[in-house]
Amino acid sequence: MITYDIVIIGGGPAGLAAAVSARKAGIQSILILERDHELGGILNQCIHNGFGLHTFKEELTGPEYAYRFIEQVLEEKIEYRLNTMVMDITEDLIVTAMSRIDGLYQIQAKAVILAMGCRERPRGALNIPGFRPAGIFSAGTAQRLVNIEGYMPGREVVILGSGDIGLIMARRMTLEGAIVKVVAELMPYSGGLKRNIVQCLDDYGIPLKLSHTVVDIEGKEHISAVTIAEVDNTGKPIPGTEERYTCDTLLLSCGLIPENELSNKAGIKMSRITNGPEVKESLETSVDGIFACGNVLHVHDLVDYVSEEAAKAGENAAKYVLEGRQDKDTDHVVTIKATDGARYTVPSTVNIDRMDDLLTVRFRVGAVYKNSFVSVYLDDERIHHAKKRILAPGEMEQVILQKKKLQGKEDLKTITIKIEAE
Amino acid sequence: MYDIIIIGAGVTGSSVARELSRYNANICVLEKGEDVCTGTSKANSAIVHAGFDAAEGSMMAKMNVRGNEMMTQLAEDLDIPFKRNGAMVVCIHKEALDGLKTLYDRGIANGVKELRILNREEALEMEPNLSENVQGALYAPTSGIICPFILNIAMAENAAENGVEFRFNTQVEDIKADADGIWHLRTNNGEYTAKYVINAAGVHADIIHNMVSENKIHITPRRGDYCLLDKEVGGHVKHTIFPQPTNLGKGVLVSPTVHGNLIVGPTAVDIEDKEGNNTTAAGINDLIAKAGAHVRDLPLRKVITSFAGLRAHEAHHEFIIKEVEDAPHFIDCAGIESPGLTSAPAIGEYVGQMMKEKMELTEKENWISKRKGILNPQELSFEDRAELIKEKPAYGNIICRCESISEGEILDAIHRPLGARSLDGVKRRTRAGMGRCQAGFCSPRVMEILNRELGIPMEEITKSGGRSNIVLERTKGKNGGEA
Repeated sequence: MITYDIVIIGGGPAGLAAAVSARKAGIQSILILERDHELGGILNQCIHNGFGLHTFKEELTGPEYAYRFIEQVLEEKIEYRLNTMVMDITEDLIVTAMSRIDGLYQIQAKAVILAMGCRERPRGALNIPGFRPAGIFSAGTAQRLVNIEGYMPGREVVILGSGDIGLIMARRMTLEGAIVKVVAELMPYSGGLKRNIVQCLDDYGIPLKLSHTVVDIEGKEHISAVTIAEVDNTGKPIPGTEERYTCDTLLLSCGLIPENELSNKAGIKMSRITNGPEVKESLETSVDGIFACGNVLHVHDLVDYVSEEAAKAGENAAKYVLEGRQDKDTDHVVTIKATDGARYTVPSTVNIDRMDDLLTVRFRVGAVYKNSFVSVYLDDERIHHAKKRILAPGEMEQVILQKKKLQGKEDLKTITIKIEAE
Repeated sequence: MYDIIIIGAGVTGSSVARELSRYNANICVLEKGEDVCTGTSKANSAIVHAGFDAAEGSMMAKMNVRGNEMMTQLAEDLDIPFKRNGAMVVCIHKEALDGLKTLYDRGIANGVKELRILNREEALEMEPNLSENVQGALYAPTSGIICPFILNIAMAENAAENGVEFRFNTQVEDIKADADGIWHLRTNNGEYTAKYVINAAGVHADIIHNMVSENKIHITPRRGDYCLLDKEVGGHVKHTIFPQPTNLGKGVLVSPTVHGNLIVGPTAVDIEDKEGNNTTAAGINDLIAKAGAHVRDLPLRKVITSFAGLRAHEAHHEFIIKEVEDAPHFIDCAGIESPGLTSAPAIGEYVGQMMKEKMELTEKENWISKRKGILNPQELSFEDRAELIKEKPAYGNIICRCESISEGEILDAIHRPLGARSLDGVKRRTRAGMGRCQAGFCSPRVMEILNRELGIPMEEITKSGGRSNIVLERTKGKNGGEA
């Protein structure tokens, strides 16, 4: 069996950043396995700009952002295999992979970094009633068809869901000459970034209808119209509010789901909220030596944070390979809990003895909060209380924990992040 | 001129075609869809029923029990995924317990083997996720689950290999007999003539029948909504779980599928539109409420798709399989609603025998009885799979991530007899696009393969024939901006 110190599953932004940081941390033997025919992942089809404002202090397109990392992978001569599908990972870190050229083979790794990304929630999972004709796409599939394959799905578009890809595609389809009639969003708030609503809808006069959903799809062979209706606060359509839109395309942007089939095969403990693995402060999963980062761990809205998180995962995986397991049973491990409006945290535990001086804890809120406070409690003691003008489910939040504030509190059991009105 | 024309390439028409392909005769199947298995046959519960439902002595009962019997051998001969997982009819009201006995007696009279009545404890032991309210159950071990697409496709492929011609996108518009009793079928693709016509037109069988007979029949499309759940929860029940039947049918079942998903459905709503296979919010809500009554903790968050199918319901709730009285040499296979899928092999056998006698057909010497399905690399050992990829690298290229379907399988689906020409055609043959992402990732790639292998321009590739084109045009004009 071939062996590598670190095998990275996925050559998108997370996998690339993890690889580069693992190399910088001293690991020579690294292999990236990528299922597509080039590195870069989903960034390759994101040809709009706005990437890299945090990381590079400039506005790059998706492929440009990806290339900043691909360049480093090439310079560092990090090995990668394209067109390669990982079929299985065991808890003993045996990775089974397959490709046209290399056939079916197994690799023994000392550490594995999961960076498989996420997928879009399909129509089927939304239970939208009506016919099942051609012309219904998830926004990302349409993005690939337009930006990579060079084909237009249609000319008259309705979009359900206001996730970022849907918003980006509203603008993209408009620029390609299509008419985007409306974006309907089930929730009373958008699932996307504020800046995308402004730049992709408002600037083009595309209406966004909050608390609306599609209640019927017409067209036996090809979609010909949809009906949208307002929903009440339980999400049920309100009779009498129906509006019919003729269209030849329906795009869906109704949420992203981390792609964790392999994580499940490896027996990794998963979070029911994020649909990604539960991780420690080192981004290690419940299986020794398997780390996770990027959208497979939890869905991010900015690639900059993916890169940052993945670099940490690469660094920690390198440390794991070089130093072996350092955790001791006597270490002080504390659970991080999300309550009162905060839905989850990544990581979900912290080992105070092993943590870096600073630990970024990322989380999302479950509803829109205005002029509220993000608070951090060490058991009952509040140590952080910061006012935020607006908190929304579409925008990931973070707090930074300082090791020096946690050390010496031997009875500390739980760190809680909550949203407070005052 | 053909000896026999069969109208419809659904599971009934394909089964009849396969049975008739044993004989020396010129046979043609006319199908209005772009592929086999595009109507009722593609959207149903995929259950091989035991046969205790249909009235004693009915054609339905006979065909059901015989079809069930034939399925093991047929599945082996034609390489069809099939498993006898057993069914349970669950009683949740004490006062309705007698109903189980009625069903049991009917089953015995119909010739169903191994039926047993279970008490509450036995039922819960066999199926721990049954409702707390379970009072008892009828257990039918001979009930099974099958891939409805492959059953249909395999019979059609085998018929084609034995010389039966198939004409797709060919809709019969009118039928008249000439003075010699020869049938002239007018279609959108020209005229066809035949000595015998077999009507296997599903929900449209009444329209076809009424073209030749004064004794009109009426087929009501009875719509049934279904939800299909992720393979992650496919083991929620092991058996096919039915409620006790009502006059609208067998009710909402919960069952594993032969591919490992969980299926919930169908509802039953009589409609007029013969192509009205749209789901409705009311239907899905009804479904969820009904299924929950017999099986607890249904993991409905794991729905990956919902769909609706149309049963071809005839007013007498009986299969009509006979020569039409006032139209000699015209044979109906009409009113083939549930258990039509189960009955298909038996209907084929029955009609085959009928035609053999009527036309004094002689058997071919070189009839091919077996068909090899599309190779499933997931069933191979690691070494065999590695060897396969070495020989045929396309099997190493995964196209559909969710179901792990390789390019090799898709190429096979396209290039075998009656090969796939659309995304749905590929999907029904290989399962590419049937998984949890519902073709989000693989559809552009399957389109590329169809384009490359069949030379169909990208703009003309369809989801399922007709006007179901996936993309409209190039983004930057005809040549995509290239000079």
